[in-house]
Amino acid sequence: MNPGLDFSVIWDNLTHFFIGTYPNGPIGGIVLTLYLAFVALILSFFGGLLLGLLCVSSNRFIRFATLAVVNTIRGIPLLMVIFWMFYLLPALLGGHSAPENWTVIAALTIFTSAYMSQIVQAGIDGIPRGQTEAALSTGLHPWQTMVYVVLPQALRNMIPSFVNQFVSMIKDTSLAFIVGVSELTHVATQISNRTMVYPTEIFFFIACIYFVICFAFTSLSRWLETRLAWRKAI
Amino acid sequence: MFNYHFDWAVVTSGQYAQWLLSGIKVTVELSVAAIILSFLLGLIIAVMRMSHVKPILWFAHAYLEFFRNTPLLVQIFFWYFGSYKILPKVVNDWLNTTNFEFSAAVIALTIYTSAFIAEDIRSGVRAIPKEQMEAAQSSGFSYLRSMYYIILPQAVRLTIPPLINQFLNLTKNSSLAMTIGVAELTYQARQVESYTFKGFEAFTAATLVYLALSVVITWMVTLYNKHVLNPLGVR
Repeated sequence: MNPGLDFSVIWDNLTHFFIGTYPNGPIGGIVLTLYLAFVALILSFFGGLLLGLLCVSSNRFIRFATLAVVNTIRGIPLLMVIFWMFYLLPALLGGHSAPENWTVIAALTIFTSAYMSQIVQAGIDGIPRGQTEAALSTGLHPWQTMVYVVLPQALRNMIPSFVNQFVSMIKDTSLAFIVGVSELTHVATQISNRTMVYPTEIFFFIACIYFVICFAFTSLSRWLETRLAWRKAI
Repeated sequence: MFNYHFDWAVVTSGQYAQWLLSGIKVTVELSVAAIILSFLLGLIIAVMRMSHVKPILWFAHAYLEFFRNTPLLVQIFFWYFGSYKILPKVVNDWLNTTNFEFSAAVIALTIYTSAFIAEDIRSGVRAIPKEQMEAAQSSGFSYLRSMYYIILPQAVRLTIPPLINQFLNLTKNSSLAMTIGVAELTYQARQVESYTFKGFEAFTAATLVYLALSVVITWMVTLYNKHVLNPLGVR
């Protein structure tokens, strides 16, 4: 006979799910999940832009070197990147251990930048060649062409893909669990270990929380896609 | 880092190399099992998603959105720690006779990946002109039969490159199974690290194995695109 489900455990630990042990300890839970995702998103936007621009460089050596780095990162699991950061960052900092939050942010940034660079590259490739030629023939420098003509148009087309990448990022923050960062998944395992008999309720509940957050952004991305496409048609 | 003493013999021979090899074996077993099951489940969900019966359509839609927008790690934990309360007793008893860590990881990977596969198959099907379906149905095929004999064989051909990409993702995602104690590659690399403190060597070895898998599979997709989908080189 299956024991019944009892969701009162969720209600009893609700603040713990949202902010971790906050006034009495470091902030955690959903707030930390969103914080990690936002910081890593902003950093990997710039990382992805940089790598994407290097990928379309006219210098063959730079292009191949960047592609090699990007494809290496895309070829290994995020968990591997996190372990690399976990062991590499302390060594690079001369034996001082890095705070876990920054280990995770660094790993997420490196990992997502590689994927973002593909979006940037595709966005730049999507701008008709004539735009670049026209800009160059009016006397703009190649850099000015990129910054004033190609990128503004390309970035707008990339917005839905960026939002999708952000959704992946929110899901990926759950891996911070493995190095002991007290984000939502970690908090949930703690509560589950403490209360012993409610794992079904707890993991179903946090799955629903992740779903609500991610689904909101997925819907936003779909809406942006139709809206931006419509504007472009004029 | 600069006075770190590299010792590659740790991962190339002896007991620790055996651990890594057994890790590779488990990663491959886990991936192959989940690839087969997730393809079948994804196919079923894709057909349901295109059904004209509203409740079936809604179910497939909810399934896709829920499992795509939830982290895989949480799903693994749900099946490993929490599934005993919602599964029937017969299933629980059967699962306990298997290697439960492994089974839970296969279930979670299958369900998670099947949602992505279903979407890929659906876009493949949508690329087939709908006149094909109309023609099939007007010559007397039922919906399921026209799917099976006319639409899916063409769609699967188009869907193979994105599908292989999903399988590659699945193989990389199988590293998460270490969190519930499945002794796959990442687990063994970490194990070697904690026994020998040779983290760089252990993780380099594991990274190279994942990379080799990715490179080989990506290369196969490129060949497929070149020789099967577009043999004439038309752009």
